[in-house]
Parts: sequence; structure tokens; C-alpha cells
Amino acid sequence: MKLALLSDLHANLRALDACLAHARAAGATQFALLGDLVGYGPEPAAVLERVMALAAGGAVVLRGNHDDAARQPPAGRQTAEDVSAAWTHEQLTPAHRAFLAGLPYAETAGDALLVHASAYEPQQWEYVDRPAMAGRCLLAAQQQWGLRRVFCGHVHEQLLYYRGADNRLMPFSPVTGVPVPMRAHRSWVALVGSVGQPRDGDPRAMYALFDAAQARLAFHRIAYDHAGTAAAVRAAGLPEGFAQRLERGR
Amino acid sequence: MTRLAQGSVIDGFVIGPRVHAGAMAELYRVHYDGGRPDPGFPMIMKVPRMGGGEGAENLVGFEVERQILQGLDGPHVPRFVAAGDLGRLPFLVMEYVEGRTLQDLLDDAAAARKRPAAQDIARWGRCVAVAAHSLHRQNAVHLDLKPANVIVRPDGHCTLVDFGLSWHAHFPDLLAAEMRPAIGSPAWMAPEQVVGVRGDPRSDVFAIGVMLYELATGELPFGAPSTTGGLRQRLWMDPAPPRALNPEVPPWLQEVILHCLEPVAAARPPSAAHLAFDLGDPDQVQVGPRGLRTTRTPFTAHVRRWLRAAGMHYQPSALPSERVGEIPIVMVAVPHHDTTDATLYALRQAVDRSLGIRPGARLACVTVVRSAGAQEDEAGLHRHHAEQLRQWARGLDLQGRQVSFHVLQSDDVAGALLAYAQTNQVSLIVMGAATHGLALQRWIPTVPARVAAEAPCSVLLVKDAPPFALLSQAA
Repeated sequence: MKLALLSDLHANLRALDACLAHARAAGATQFALLGDLVGYGPEPAAVLERVMALAAGGAVVLRGNHDDAARQPPAGRQTAEDVSAAWTHEQLTPAHRAFLAGLPYAETAGDALLVHASAYEPQQWEYVDRPAMAGRCLLAAQQQWGLRRVFCGHVHEQLLYYRGADNRLMPFSPVTGVPVPMRAHRSWVALVGSVGQPRDGDPRAMYALFDAAQARLAFHRIAYDHAGTAAAVRAAGLPEGFAQRLERGR
Repeated sequence: MTRLAQGSVIDGFVIGPRVHAGAMAELYRVHYDGGRPDPGFPMIMKVPRMGGGEGAENLVGFEVERQILQGLDGPHVPRFVAAGDLGRLPFLVMEYVEGRTLQDLLDDAAAARKRPAAQDIARWGRCVAVAAHSLHRQNAVHLDLKPANVIVRPDGHCTLVDFGLSWHAHFPDLLAAEMRPAIGSPAWMAPEQVVGVRGDPRSDVFAIGVMLYELATGELPFGAPSTTGGLRQRLWMDPAPPRALNPEVPPWLQEVILHCLEPVAAARPPSAAHLAFDLGDPDQVQVGPRGLRTTRTPFTAHVRRWLRAAGMHYQPSALPSERVGEIPIVMVAVPHHDTTDATLYALRQAVDRSLGIRPGARLACVTVVRSAGAQEDEAGLHRHHAEQLRQWARGLDLQGRQVSFHVLQSDDVAGALLAYAQTNQVSLIVMGAATHGLALQRWIPTVPARVAAEAPCSVLLVKDAPPFALLSQAA
């Protein structure tokens, strides 16, 4: 069984379709969407249609902080994120909003825990951006779910935390396309990156493919028409910074 | 683990005779059960020994070895066949490599009370360096090279075994730890490993230096310390020069050995390919004071260094494949006839640029001459062409980089250049785009075209620099 892990889609339909096509060609039979389906990007309704179709086919779909914001946008428009949330809200139908409202914070798939931000109080949207945070996430996964493999998104980066020889959590930067063994007797927190808004200077979309039988995780980078999405951001009248972020990948 | 019974079957493998019983693992010959044909090579099964206390560490080594063997390729590592589940039945099945370990060769020498000849040491050392380089190019570092882990095959090539402590840039380092004693075999461990740096290919270069030292003198340069303090000595201590222990060691060999044993990784040969180059061309080794010394470093100098070493700090290393490529071995094919000043000038400029700004890059100047006829003075011909090469190189801005001169004899110019590049792990070939027998190009593929097509590395085809071309037009 191969499970495609896609997070932080951010209403970027071109990036989502490119990742889904790659995953299917690579043999993915199951899909998990780890939240932040919308926000920032220009195609929230179209992306949600895709996601709802996947969910109907058995895909796991989780809630992210931007999904909450799009459902209930903040009253003021202080930041670009607020502008994005209000705009997204307008684009969604009641059915879309109801779908977002029903999404869980965390879900299990086999012996892995799936969560948008961190297994530690998922509704706090804590960033797993250093070993201590990964440790807290793992501890919660073990105590509440009895699991030692966690897949999450939220930080828009691809990284694998694992336990080194002295039992500390160590970060490992994966090489694109090289499957990494993730054997069950160790503890792992994998950050699968962002499909719709990469922030590491490389505009290609990110996702990861977990081969459950072999216990191996491959991190992928997928080229897509990011100029097309950036043009759609501008056409929608969304803040210019969102378009530039897609072009620069930062 | 109790000894496996011959004839028993484990996960589809029939256990054959035990061929090795080490402290950490036992090795058995195996073949497939049920008459399934073998994979085209003989196989062994490696089974961990799980004594009291050491079990967990040993199993991590198994996990590491499995991960790394699956990520490696080529004749210098045993081929991976299968692995048992770590929790249930830990084992690894891999290619059985025919041959004798370097330790066997050392034991022979000890039994015969005779040191191997310098050229044999260089030959074995070179084959180990070539094997290590092949590993480094695949983003891995062995980190536990020692005579028992080097198998010299009947064909003269080496296969490296036992990857339980190795490092691979593409996989999480399961042995990484922030604070804990160094891991490895104390006698061969590089100073940076002592302070916990894993992943520097020059650590393997150091270990090869220790092996060369052993072969040359019968002794270990830093002993086999069992304490952290003893291990840290190599951060600042010079070993006794090999010539102090065995006067028959030639200066070039001592130069090479002590170069590998430099405490700071940056002072060693920048890659195993550079080391292989030196061992393959003893006449071209530039022997300095390091190679000539026959006395030990005075105690007072060691004390001063020991004080400085107290604050020693290493920078973490970059990915090995990047490092290996950073310091190139550049080969320039210099034509010796049918050429112009413009071509020679353009070649010089291209070589200057290709050597880059980093120290350590080395240059091999090569010319190919046809085989000497029966009447000709072969040595004289060689001298003549070598001198031509030296003259050509005088115009280069070498800034103390190593340069060597090679006159190859062959009627197949492209073939000779390609073979040279292959054998010496050359990173870049520089040659004229219109040299080496231009007159024939209408009938046969030109030498540069064939070299460019078949070379194992990048090829820079150099065209004449404009000023000369313009000048000749004006004339």
C-alpha cells in the first residue's frame, strides 16, 4: 500500500493536480490531505471539489488553521492573511464550508498518526520547527494514540526527525526522490512539505509518498505551472506578495 | 545467538558452513532453498551475535549496514541480497567476495618477518583508495576502514566490507549523537571521528594512511588506545616517521603515508582519488621534509600542540560528493606535433581556469606518443616529450599546486587518454578541440570527439583564443 501525503495545498489547483498525477503514476492507492486546503491561493472552490471527491473515495482529510480562518474569517483586515481568509470565504459555497467544518484535527492510518501541525494539542497549530517541538509532538502521539510515526505539514518544509543513537531527535534533510527507511521500531516525525506554497526557495510543489509494506518514505518535488497560479492570484486581486511567493518559492 | 546448524533453512536460505566468527557477527555461506538458482554469485549470511549488553548497539549497526548496502553499487561493495526483520530474525544476505583480507596479507608479512616491498604496498593502498573513492562518489563514507574490512580479490581489486558504522548522505545517520564517546576502531579512527564528526570522506583517507603505515612498518602509528585520552592524542601527535622504524621505506611512500595521517582533515589528500594518484605514480610524488624525516617529533613540540589541541574545534563537513568534486584532478592532453602557439596558449588559459581558486587541485599533463620503433631510443624519446610538457607547463599559474607529467605510448591516442582518465579518477579532461591528428578527421572520428563521447568525466574542448586567431588572420 502506498499512501500519498499532501499538505498545505493552499488553493493551488495546478500544484495539487501535478502532485496527484505524480503520486498515481508512482503507485499511490491511498491519499491523505493534511490540512490548509485553502488560503493564499486563487482556486479554493476548485481545490475543495477535488478534495471532496478524494474524501468520497476514502482519502483522509484533516483540518488546518487556514481552513478554520476561511470558514470564519476574522472581523478586521489587518494582515494579508486576513484579506485572503475573507476573499476565500466569499468563494466557498455552504457545502464547502460545511465540509471544512466537519474536518478532524488528527486521524490514524495504519500505525501512523496524521495531523496538520503537531500531535501535541493539534488545535494550537504549533510549528514543529525544531527538535524540541518534534519531541513534544512524538510524546503526544505515543501517549494519546500509542503511535511512533507522525506525518504532518504546517511548516512548508520537508524534513524528517528521527531518534539518533543517544535517543535525541535529530533533523534529517531528505534528498528528493530517495526513499528513506522508516522502520517501525524507531520514532519518526515526517514533515511532508507544502503542495501549494513552497517556502524554501524552490518553486516546485512538495509531497511525500509512504510505502507501508517496505516502510519507506520518499519525499518528492514536483514541477508545475507556478507562473499560471501566480497569474491567477493577480487576476483574483489577491495581494501581490502571494503571487511572488509562488514564483520565487519563498 | 547460538550457532546455526548447517543444512537448516532460514527465510528461504539454506545455511552452509560458517566461514567467520567475529566479535559482532558470524558469517555463513548460504544458498537458496528449494533448488532456486543462485543470483549469479555466491552468497553469505551475516548474523549478529547478541551477547549481554552489546545487543542494541550491534543491531543498530545491522540496520545501518542494511540501509547503506542497499544504497550502494559497483564492484567495491558486496551486493545486497536480502535482510531479515530486525525485531524477529536479524540477518543480512549479501555477495560472498572471494579473496584475502589485507589483514591476512599483514599476518603473512609478520609470519615471514619481512615487510612487503614498497611497490606492493603502493599497489594495495591504491586499490583500497580507488574502492573508497567509489564509495565517496556515491555519497557514502565507510568510517571503519581497517585491514580486516578490505578484501583483496584475485583480480587485484578491492572490495570493502562491514558497513555497520558507515554514513550515507541520503539516509538519516542512525548512529549520530551529540554527546557520546567516538565510535569506530580506535587504531584506524581519524581525529575528526574522535571528536564526533561523521561523514567526512577524508576520515577514510586517514584510515588508509594507518593501513599503509602498518604495511610499511608492521606497527600502528597511534597504537590501539582504549581510553578517550589515548584516542585524542592523534589530534596533535605526530607518529614516528615510518623510515625511523623501517629504513627501507622510500621517502615518497613516507611522504604519502604522513600526508594521509595529518591531524587536520584539510591538510590530507583532498580525496581518495588524489591518494590513489600518488600511489600510482611514485616518481611524481613531491617529497618534502615530511617524507625525509627519520627522527621523531621532539617532546616539547608535542606539548605545545597538546596545549593548543585542548581548544580544538572541527567544522561539520559538507556532503561527500560535493567535497569530492570540489578539488578536481584535472588532466590536460597536450599535443606534441601539428600544433600552434595559439592552441598551446589557449590550453594553458583553460587549465588555469579549470584548476579553480581552491588549493589542492592537481594537474596531470599528458601527451601520447606513438610506440617507438625498434631502432629508436625509447628512453630518449620519453625524456624529450616529458621536457616538452614541462616547458609547456612553465607558463601556468600553478600557485604551488601539484603537477605531474606523463608520456603515454600508444598508437591509439584517444584510447590512451581515456584509459588514463579512467584509471586515475580524473575529474576533468582539458584538450584542444582541433588537435591530435586533425588532418585525418574527414575519414575517422577525431580524437577530441571520441574522448568527449566516451570519457568517464567532463571534457573541456578548448578553441584557440581570439587574439592569436586574429593575429594570424592579419598576417
